[in-house]
Order: sequence, then C-alpha cells, then structure tokens
Amino acid sequence: MDLVYLDHMSLNPILPEVRKAMADALNQEWGNPSSQHRLGEKAAEAIANARQSVADLIGARFPREVVFTSCGTESVNQAIKGTAWARQDKGNHIVTTNIEHNAVIRSLRRLKQMGFSVTSVPVDKLGRVNPATVARAIRPETILVSVMHANNEIGTIEPVEEIARVCREKKVPLHVDAVDSMGHVPINVEELGADLVSFAANPFYGPTGVGGLYIRRGTTVWPLLDGGVQENRNRAGTENLLGIIGMGAAAAAASRDLEKRMAHARSLRDLLLAKLPEYVEEFVVNGDPDNCLPYLASVSVRHLEGESVMLMLDEEGVEVSTRSACASGSLRASHVLLSTGMEFADAQGTLVVTFGPGNTEADVFRFLETLGSAVKTLLEISPLYKK
Amino acid sequence: MYSKKVMDHFRGPRNVGTMEDADGVGELGNPLCGDMMTIYIKVEDDRIADIKFQTFGCGAAIAVSSMLTEIARGKTLEEAKKITNKDVAAALEGLPKNKLHCSNLGADALQLAIRDYEAKKSGKPREQMPPDPHEHNHEEKCYCPYCDTEVPEGQTFCKNCAFSDDEAPAD
Repeated sequence: MDLVYLDHMSLNPILPEVRKAMADALNQEWGNPSSQHRLGEKAAEAIANARQSVADLIGARFPREVVFTSCGTESVNQAIKGTAWARQDKGNHIVTTNIEHNAVIRSLRRLKQMGFSVTSVPVDKLGRVNPATVARAIRPETILVSVMHANNEIGTIEPVEEIARVCREKKVPLHVDAVDSMGHVPINVEELGADLVSFAANPFYGPTGVGGLYIRRGTTVWPLLDGGVQENRNRAGTENLLGIIGMGAAAAAASRDLEKRMAHARSLRDLLLAKLPEYVEEFVVNGDPDNCLPYLASVSVRHLEGESVMLMLDEEGVEVSTRSACASGSLRASHVLLSTGMEFADAQGTLVVTFGPGNTEADVFRFLETLGSAVKTLLEISPLYKK
Repeated sequence: MYSKKVMDHFRGPRNVGTMEDADGVGELGNPLCGDMMTIYIKVEDDRIADIKFQTFGCGAAIAVSSMLTEIARGKTLEEAKKITNKDVAAALEGLPKNKLHCSNLGADALQLAIRDYEAKKSGKPREQMPPDPHEHNHEEKCYCPYCDTEVPEGQTFCKNCAFSDDEAPAD
C-alpha cells in the first residue's frame, strides 16, 4: 500500500541535496574545527560556510550571530534560561503567551522553581496575541518576552513585528520561537526585530539533531553547556560537523525555494479546505485564515475523537497527526485549542495535516476520501452525534 | 502501541448502535480525557439477551466497549455484575497503562445499565449520580504517561520524572 504522509510537522524528509552534502562529508577526512592544522581549518571553513547560509536565510547581519545547537528545543532553552540567568540582576519577570510549545512552557516552569515569575498572556479565537496585551504585561522588572512566530498546532502567525516594537520601547529583549516557520515563510530577523530567534534544521528539510539560535549582537545570553570556546563561547562542545553541513545545505535550499515551497503548500491546503465540506459534514477549521503557515491545516471534526480517526486513516495508509488528549500521552486536551476558547469535545476531534514537498493533489483527495469514510464509520459509534 | 486484539475490535467493533426499547441504559463520561460510553441492554429471563454500545473516545475506548458487549451478551445478570474492567482489558490482551485509567470504562457502564434495569423493574427511582470511576474503581491505578511510574491519586505530577500534568499557561 502506498503511504500518503501528511505529518511533516512531526518529521520531515531530508532533501536529496542535503543528503548528498552530508554523504560527501561523511566520506571525507576532517579534523576538529578548533584545531589549527589543515584538517581542522577545513572543518572550520565548512562550518563557516554553513553559518553563512543560515545567516542568509534568516537575514542576520553578521554570521556570528548564528549559534549552532542540537535542536530547536535546546535553542529555546538557551534563549530563555540563558537570558534569565544573564539578566537576573535586572529583574526576575518574564512574559509569554498561552499557546507556546512545551519547550518554552517547561523552560519557564523550571525558572519558576528557581524564583523567577511568569505572566502568560491570552490569545483570541484565531490564536492571535494582542501586542497591547503584551505591553500591559511588561513590568519594570521584566527581563524577557518570549513569543512564538507560528503556532505548531493551528498554524497562526503572530504579529511579532508589533510585539518587537513594544519590547524595544520598553527595552526588554524579545525571543521568538520560529522552529515551525523557518524556511516556510519569509523571516528576516532585522525586520522581525527579535533579539533571539530559535529554529531547527529538520523543519526545513535538514537533518534532525541540529538547530540554531540567532543572538543579536549586543544581547547577553549565558550558555547552557559550559566547556570550550566553540560557537563564539555561546555553546561549548565539539561541533556536530555533519549535522551543521546538512543544515547549511538545507538553509541554502530554503532561501532558493521559499516562494515555490509556499505556493505549492498553499495550493494543497486551499484544495483540502475547499473540498472538505463534500466529505465531512460538521467540522471547524482552526487558526487565522489570513495569517497562517501555508503547509498546515488544523481541522476539528465534531462528535469524534481524534486518535480513533488518526488510527483509522493509518489503517488505510494515510498518516496525519491528532491533538486529542487521548493521543497526547499527557491525557490532557491541547492547551492551544483550549486557549482559543474551543469546547473540550471539539478539541478532542482535532487533526493536524501538514504538507511537504513530495505531496500532490492526489494525496489530498486520498486523504479526503479516507477521512470521509472514517468519519462516517465513527459517527455511527459516537453517542454525541444525533442524525 | 495497541495489541492485535484491540486493533481487531477497533477495526470491526461488535454490537454498535442504540436500542430504542432498551430495558436498561448505562451512560458514563470521563472528564479526565473526554471518553464517553453508553451501554444499552435488553433483558430476558434475567439474561442479557441483547446489548449495544456507543462510544466517543480513542481506539482503546472503542475496543473496550466492543469487547465488553461480547463478554456480557448471553450472561445472567448475576454473572454480568461480576464483570470488571480488568476482565475486559485481559480479554483484549492488555491495554497501555495510561489507557487503563481513562478508557477502560466498559464494565462500569454495564453496571449502570444493569442498575437502571433493576430500578425500572422495582419501580424505584434509580440512584441519581453514576459512580465516578476515579472514586469508586481503584482496580486500575494511574500511571505517568512518560515514565510509566505509578502516580497516586491526588498527586498532580510524577515524582520519578518530574512530569507535571498541569499544562500551559506557564504562569
């Protein structure tokens, strides 16, 4: 059975050109990038090239503002904890939003255990943060604001530029979690106005195990890992050379293909949402239709629970993700959906469909047909559905 | 994640549906993860002559309901009263630990349906509140979804891995 993979948010394939760059590198001899002999210099140069490609993708003025990490989660942890530690003499208060990724939520929870305090601002029905609410939450002792660029469950893109203006006025550094938007929508850190930006390679078709943190020049952040002087003293430990080379190749591809990627994903998303009413009677489309990730469609099917739908689709070779409590491991409904004011039962029926470069219109129709018949079967079982 | 037996019942659930002339109805909802289950029984000569279910829930919840109806059909009421959630899980060749707590409600719903039948028969009103499985059913314990360590009732985080079940917001 041919699989239709529509869960690119969970894991992306590696682009062929990225795989080739990494395979070539694997077949060569390298020294430690910190060594001054020629094999070391060669490795340092490869890393510098990758750093330049990433700096070009994100619009950083100086390549050294890009720090390579092991994943998006590490970048987020360093941005938040590293800022809190570096600025603890200036205050102990941090502002964030109700719909952040767990990397942000749990980093902040850890800081709370250490004596920091946190204000989390709400979002509207579309998942949008109001910059004025962020402004009101900032106090004299606020040392950081952390806002995600695009939400990973509903795809809403936040008004980060406006929030950045607020932060600059109040002289508070801003961290933006751009893990799920980097390489999929245009991001220029200068225009965004953020001081710290977290991202990772796999979301833009690079390898897993490598991420990046943009640290604007003049922003003080403590490292999470202490040791050597790698990464301009921002992250100790011998560099993940292969991963970094892969990330560089993926960044170059993303810069080149961004427009094409967006158009492709958006056409599939539009097709899915336009045809969905022909296959499913009652559903809610989540997120902000005017400001959203082009590759993500979040749909809540009413009267049903998402895990059962997801399993039934999997039986037919169609792979998507669900945000129901039953499938989350934590047995809690998604905090993102509940924050938008969605009813618990509707949140339970949420499917997240995420497109990748290999998907076609035929995949969309196969998804819709399979979904239509799964929903029909499950509605017969559901006590919440009245004909 | 699920056993073959669970997937078999999930793929082809037995005895799905409602019953307009049911002799007893048992309805149970679980606020923890949103599973809901309704069991309908038809009683003849003190035996469960027919049984149907409807379930809103995950794959495990659907398989549990289906398996329960298979076990209960044809049993005398006295026999049916002895069916436990544990029996249903065992017949399904096991369930993931964290699903034992939230999705394994079938036997409880059946007990409610039997009680409903007996109340109707005796002409007395049925006891109003259905039992909350988290208060009345201590057969299955709660396990941390991340490290599988048992989490005692009332404790909101796992002491083993420090996972806390109170989700965002961070403040």
